[in-house]
Amino acid sequence: MAADKQYRVVGTRPIRHDGVDKVTGEARYGADIHLPGMLHGKVLRSPHAHARILRIDTSKAEAHPDVKAVITGVDLPQVADKVQDLGEMVVNLKDESNRILATGKVLYEGHPVAALAAADPHTAEEALKLIDVEYEPLQPVLDVRKAMEPDAPILNPNQRTSGIGAGDGKPSNLARHFRHERGDIERGFAEADAVIEREFITSMIHQGYIELQNGTAHITPDGRLTIWCSSQGAFSIRDQVANICNIPLSMIKVVPMEIGGGFGGKTGVYLEPLAALLAKKSRKPVKMTMTRAEVLTATGPTSGSYIKCKIGAKKDGTLTAAHVELYYEAGAFPGSPVGAASGTCLAPFKLDNVRIDGYDIVVNKPKTGAYRAPGATNAAFATEGVVSELADQIGMDPIEFRQKNAVQQGDRRADGPLFSKIGHVETLEATAESPHWNEPLEPSSDPAKKRGRGVASGFWFNGAGAATASISVFADGTVSLIEGSADIGGHRASCAMIAAEVLCLNAEDVKPQVGDTDSIGYTSVTGGSSATHKTGWATHEAALKVKAEVVNRAAKMLEVDPDEIEYHDDATLSAASKPDAKLTFAQVAARANSTGGPIVGEAGLSTGGAGNAFGTTIVDVEVDVETGKVDILRCTTVQDVGKAIHPSYVEGQMQGGAVQGIGWALSEEYVYSGEGRLLNASLLDYRMPTTLDAPLIETIMVEVANPAHPYGVRGVGEVPIVPPVAAIAEAIYNATGVRMYQAPMNPAYVLSRIQGKA
Amino acid sequence: MAEKRRVQFIVNGDKAEVYCSPRESLLEALRDHLYLTGTKEGCNNGNCGACTVQLNDRIVDSCLVLAVECEGDEVLTVEGLAGENGLHPVQQAFLEHAALQCGVCTPGFLVASKALLDANPNPTEHELRYFLAGNLCRCTGYDKIVHAVMAAAQTIQENE
Repeated sequence: MAADKQYRVVGTRPIRHDGVDKVTGEARYGADIHLPGMLHGKVLRSPHAHARILRIDTSKAEAHPDVKAVITGVDLPQVADKVQDLGEMVVNLKDESNRILATGKVLYEGHPVAALAAADPHTAEEALKLIDVEYEPLQPVLDVRKAMEPDAPILNPNQRTSGIGAGDGKPSNLARHFRHERGDIERGFAEADAVIEREFITSMIHQGYIELQNGTAHITPDGRLTIWCSSQGAFSIRDQVANICNIPLSMIKVVPMEIGGGFGGKTGVYLEPLAALLAKKSRKPVKMTMTRAEVLTATGPTSGSYIKCKIGAKKDGTLTAAHVELYYEAGAFPGSPVGAASGTCLAPFKLDNVRIDGYDIVVNKPKTGAYRAPGATNAAFATEGVVSELADQIGMDPIEFRQKNAVQQGDRRADGPLFSKIGHVETLEATAESPHWNEPLEPSSDPAKKRGRGVASGFWFNGAGAATASISVFADGTVSLIEGSADIGGHRASCAMIAAEVLCLNAEDVKPQVGDTDSIGYTSVTGGSSATHKTGWATHEAALKVKAEVVNRAAKMLEVDPDEIEYHDDATLSAASKPDAKLTFAQVAARANSTGGPIVGEAGLSTGGAGNAFGTTIVDVEVDVETGKVDILRCTTVQDVGKAIHPSYVEGQMQGGAVQGIGWALSEEYVYSGEGRLLNASLLDYRMPTTLDAPLIETIMVEVANPAHPYGVRGVGEVPIVPPVAAIAEAIYNATGVRMYQAPMNPAYVLSRIQGKA
Repeated sequence: MAEKRRVQFIVNGDKAEVYCSPRESLLEALRDHLYLTGTKEGCNNGNCGACTVQLNDRIVDSCLVLAVECEGDEVLTVEGLAGENGLHPVQQAFLEHAALQCGVCTPGFLVASKALLDANPNPTEHELRYFLAGNLCRCTGYDKIVHAVMAAAQTIQENE
């Protein structure tokens, strides 16, 4: 199961380099910044889910002596109707501008309408009440199916459906309908011995990062803007602010502060453009932070969905055809992750007859953002659920059923592309052989508590992208590493380990840091599980350059040809012709300035070949059949991780993803009133798993090296969230005999299913 | 707005003084007046535990305590955990067990974990989970945090 090559540092578990700062409170996150003369900004948000703005009067707020600047939608420059790629999401700039500050209409509760800056946050908050906004409330639409009805209230009268169904010319909430089609599904279903068709509903949910969104901006009289914020990519924040505020990107420096969790939700800007405009208007630094209620109502949660799934299989377990219809909430503006859902939902299965329909639908909820394997979990809940039901119907073990249909290298993914080297077969095998799968689940002694086990798989593409790393050699023989990726979960340690590996140093001899947008080359967002893949690769290339230069300097010092120098595993260098003159890396480093100048290696590259990820989760549940409450007793997550650079943090991704999946399955949901107001905008009522809701999470790392990467790395962050919802549904079925078609499977739903009412 | 008041208290063993309005929380006093930004805000209504500090002999969500209530009190924050001999065993265990990813919930977990082990040096896994249930972590799934606190308990016992 191990990736082929053995390494000195890669694959070990050193203490992370930023660890001490993070256990002592030294680490500085976006909200920790205090600048001299700093003002505090607050946002006035729409109380309505859908309304026309008739009038905004800011005069009273502007007259307040402690209010230093007020902005509304008219202060944002007009931007072009063009798309921008954020790494995991593609957005339209005009929509983005409207999302940052509404003009004309508000499209969700919490939609920003105005912002102001005052001397302190409390004054700013109170001064918001001085802004007078007159609305004409409109009927909201909150459900994807209702949004597609002919007489549905229309969010954007200029929006027409693109893709299939385009051309009737009428305004529509359906932004896009696309289809992937291969083979002949009618023939495939006719060949099947069993065909199951089901409908699934999932709620909008939030990433739930603990750190609130923040942004601080300062602009000099000559127009140089500096932004300090916590994001998944400083360069992307810079480019978005440049576009939305119409400022040349070279005039903007974004300083990446430590980020307190993102999971996809911190790729887009929210406060940064507002802070920039307020700083410009007030000529003072402006800091903005959201409240938790603002984070929940007005950042980018992931789509709720309605999914129809029909799959056929022969008696021997061979899948014959599948038709999946994915209806995804985009929120107030187009751009749900339904495209990713379509590519992932059937990916684990060899299928020749496929139709996948994707519908991207606007509703009066916040514009959705990326959340860990965006779109994939909802879709896997449906497809894996139907597959489990089919396996059950034809009487086959669920893992054996998946093994029979498992894709491998050279197979075609359901939506078209060919798979390169992947480890789905290997993860299924590891699952079947795991202690968890082979240990029987003991029944509860309490007759009201029923236990069951479920299993499901998932797929995520993984991403690659542009990345830069720069290494400088210190005179004492250690090195500094500056890299461009936001470090969201320990990846700077992985990059440092790669530098140490190449240079034959210890991990502790590398001092890694994340550079700002003026001090390191462009690096795309920490998203798509790409950071260790791409920035690790850039670090590898930068370290090779340093290594080559160290060899040159050693040759100079030993007065031999560089080709004669051998660089040993213990970071010593020697030449065959001078057997007594061994040099250490540190000795070469100490002499750098007199042998040719500082030794620096830098690499910027755009990587490809991300290498897909497959994961499988086994879960045991206990269902209280009197209350519908589900407890997770045991959970094992199995994943092809390519090559684990720092295994502890790979396990951490698997465990964290699994528990987010548990929250998605059992307790997390956006609850809206009929008027489109979020009724549970707090962490008490938006219920994420606590220490008491999750068991220890067993991990099995399967290492099928990604041949496209120098270390075999494939992204590990996202796929672990994909299978748990489906696995838990299957476990509940095995406990109770009742199938689950809705997430979350909260006590009310589970009990109603058990009692036959839903 | 109500008139500002002077509040004197002890923070991490040192005398501290803030001049704040009565509505300001202990969390704001620590972060915005004393610049002790190790204590984090995650919800400002007592649901996430990121702002956990020790106030005299108990732990509190510092967002739910008014600064003016703390006159004469002793406050311990994450910045005060490490001593002359280096990191507290709980801090060391979090590092060794990779019990943090983004690190933003970590200060609250550390203060709460220390309080747990002060009160119950040898907790069962359930006791530990029960005690820490007021601290949310979204990155780790809690597995490595549970292991780290158990390991810290063992280290502390061995050191005694």
